[in-house]
Amino acid sequence: MDHLDRLEHQSVFILREAHKKFKKLAMLWSIGKDSNVLLWLARKAFYGHVPVPLVHIDTSYKMPEMIAFRDKYAKEWGVNLIVGQNKQALAEGMNYTKTRMVCCTALKTQGLQQIMEEHDFKGLILGIRRDEETTRSKERYFSPRDKNFEWDFKDQPPELWDQFKTNFDENTHIRIHPLLHWTEVNVWEYIQRENIPVVDLYFSKNGKRYRSLGCAPCTFPIESKASNIAEIITELKATKTSERAGRAQDQEDTYAMQKLRAKGYM
Amino acid sequence: MDTATQEPLTGETLKIVMVGHVDHGKSTLVGRLLHDTGFIPENKMKFVQKVCEDQGKGFEFAFLLDGLEEERDQGITIDVAQMFFKSKKRNYVIIDAPGHKEFLKNMISGASAADVALLMIDAEEGIQEQSKRHAYILSLLGIRQIAIVMNKMDLVNYSEKVFNETKEAYAKHLADIGVKPTAVIPISAYHGENVLQKSAKMPWYTGPTILEILDNFETHEDRTKLAFRFPVQDVYKFDKRRIIAGRIESGRAKIGDEVVFLPSGKATKIKTIEKWNAKAPDHVEAGESVGFTMEEQIFIERGEMGCVASQKASVADRFWANIFWMGNKHLQKGGKYLLKVATQEVECVIESIHRVINSSTLEEISKNAHEVAKNEVAEILISTKKPIAFDTFDEVPETGRFVIVHEHDVRGGGIILKKAEHFSAI
Repeated sequence: MDHLDRLEHQSVFILREAHKKFKKLAMLWSIGKDSNVLLWLARKAFYGHVPVPLVHIDTSYKMPEMIAFRDKYAKEWGVNLIVGQNKQALAEGMNYTKTRMVCCTALKTQGLQQIMEEHDFKGLILGIRRDEETTRSKERYFSPRDKNFEWDFKDQPPELWDQFKTNFDENTHIRIHPLLHWTEVNVWEYIQRENIPVVDLYFSKNGKRYRSLGCAPCTFPIESKASNIAEIITELKATKTSERAGRAQDQEDTYAMQKLRAKGYM
Repeated sequence: MDTATQEPLTGETLKIVMVGHVDHGKSTLVGRLLHDTGFIPENKMKFVQKVCEDQGKGFEFAFLLDGLEEERDQGITIDVAQMFFKSKKRNYVIIDAPGHKEFLKNMISGASAADVALLMIDAEEGIQEQSKRHAYILSLLGIRQIAIVMNKMDLVNYSEKVFNETKEAYAKHLADIGVKPTAVIPISAYHGENVLQKSAKMPWYTGPTILEILDNFETHEDRTKLAFRFPVQDVYKFDKRRIIAGRIESGRAKIGDEVVFLPSGKATKIKTIEKWNAKAPDHVEAGESVGFTMEEQIFIERGEMGCVASQKASVADRFWANIFWMGNKHLQKGGKYLLKVATQEVECVIESIHRVINSSTLEEISKNAHEVAKNEVAEILISTKKPIAFDTFDEVPETGRFVIVHEHDVRGGGIILKKAEHFSAI
């Protein structure tokens, strides 16, 4: 087994635990590289099948290439896609000029909360990783959110020997993070090995590429000449900038991610 | 010595947990190590510099890990952070555990995922409550490779005498719990002495630096040579195949091997090893999440454990165990709990509490006790509602350990010492 095999086997184990333990389970599909790897791992775990619905939270500000990619592969892979949107907030004119914290909370967190309530999902699989940013470095594989959708990061339950939190109160739910132990480079190495499709916004055009994808007004490309996966891997191994440096919501406040994630952000 | 941009010699990954008493400098050392090896992005450095300036203090390496507002305000680690770095030799996951007694459950969560440990003590403050408790917890978790790091040598003028005295006192305590450290390293994490390079301030020390001791640790133990153990996670019938899914915890298996499922005792042979989007292998081994189809369509459910017929696991409804308790409510003799061993879940009763130990001082608190309080360790007899399959922790760690769930959360963890005869003692 090489290092990618080890990562894959651990993620498959987690996905299978989630599928066995949660009757009302969904997987978040942001269309980014990580959630595409996650979807691929689900097909590995369940032998070509995706036995859980995929949830995409459409803020209406996503880049058009992402929506086109979503619709193409949802059809090709035969997945059950649920698209959520906080229509009321949009109708009232929600946008990032009301501060990014307010906009992310309304369009992403509350958009997600509405879909979770509507379908009564008790488990939600997400592709976050520990090396993305500090609060995520402290996450559990199975991480509870309370009835207000909130994360009590100061009092997380023990998690040992792959015995996960699968028992919980009504009106609460569990976030499941099968990619927590992967790094950004691991994700690209795996995409290369498995030949997993990704949106071509990740590849350099006119000296720029996106390293992390999100809403168009709040996501900025980096200077890069990497126009294929091998070049991206080489670039990332030498970089001195963090992955989410181009995501405006992270930079808005010293503890922006902590505040957003405590309220139920991804 | 920037190793961030170099490819390590091997693709292997070693997981290290950093433990010890609160304020002895664990996060500072991890921050220093990541910084000096070039793993902290420039924008993150600037960011932390600004946070420190706002607080009116010098650069805090610990803040590179302690990212929660509450952690930085109080200068304390609340929960485990897992970080990634590499040396010239291999990749590392470094698990920074909290040293405060209140967060022991988080320390245990972090340590249970580690292959090896660095146990940190403050040269000036000496051995403290958690220095001892964490060492004992590591020994219970089965972590055998442990190095001692004596930090803040700058505060004792890099004194060899202080180093030797503390080292001796600590070695004595560790010997009592059967821990033999692979090295004892004097450092100053804040000033970077003996972290990557040998310190000129401590010429009397000729042993390894932090980075050298990490590279000297052996990789995690090879489980493929142990008896075959395959706890069934689920059975899939997505299409015409009926696939038995699970992770091989130890040993190996190939097509045609006979597998005995316990506790039911049903047996059949492996017909195929299933894969999606990859060539199906003819054999599989410990650590792999696999799926088998079997020659005979026996009825198997989650919780059965596939074993090799020549070396079967024990099947019993009573066993002796060592447990550590993390619940705010005490573990009660006669109390009913949910027990999880590999993929088995069964109701259990705490039949007797043979003795309770203070996990820091190792004093025996009581014999034939009625309860076990938070942060205490005990030897107990557990009986399960129905027979389960298990090994002792010494035989196969993965199938010889368990957790106890109460009111939705894991409250205790334990290792199985031996099977108990049915109603023999009473």
